[in-house]
Amino acid sequence: MIQAPDLPLWAAIAVGFFVLLGASITLIGALGLLRLRNFYERIHPPTLGSTLGTGCILIASMICFSTLHSRPMVHEVLIAIFVTLTTPITLMLLARAALYRDRSEGSADVPQDLASVDAQQPVLDRP
Amino acid sequence: MSTLFLALTITAAQILLAFAMGCAAFRILRGPRAQDRVLGMDALYLAGMLLLLTYGIQTGRTLFFEGALVIGLLGFAGTVALAKFLMRGEVIE
Repeated sequence: MIQAPDLPLWAAIAVGFFVLLGASITLIGALGLLRLRNFYERIHPPTLGSTLGTGCILIASMICFSTLHSRPMVHEVLIAIFVTLTTPITLMLLARAALYRDRSEGSADVPQDLASVDAQQPVLDRP
Repeated sequence: MSTLFLALTITAAQILLAFAMGCAAFRILRGPRAQDRVLGMDALYLAGMLLLLTYGIQTGRTLFFEGALVIGLLGFAGTVALAKFLMRGEVIE
């Protein structure tokens, strides 16, 4: 289904550029998710798609709908605000959960919990 | 002329986003541990949301925007619930 809205040339070039840029950045992020070896490395690349990729495609959508309806339509800002707010929360929660699982299994790849190390060693230089 | 250019560009972007969804789905299927699968699901729903937005640009209808907004809201809730489940072993304590 190859079709497109009937836009003037400048809007068509801008929309095409931003859509293609956003999709390419999202694909780069997904390839990073595929290629990297460690979970703590793999948690970073999808944020490429959730910040810059989403931003570019939302800008393209804003240009397209504003030109089609010949008035400013910025309801895409809702998605931008929501994705920007929620991505750090989900990834922080996921990384803390993975760290907790690795530590409870005694994995040697993750640093130890400083609080439990302090509790095990006697503190000598305390008055 | 400009319509044909825009149509080809949007179709190419949709193919790229479909490849991104494929990479995320591969990570869900293969991911050595459970947290890799949750991360793959997060990337999958994000790429699906962007694909829906490109369909919205292609057809010029705002219906797809509402679908993308719902995917964003529910995907956030799902990923948070799964991360909580990985940490505690139950979702609601």
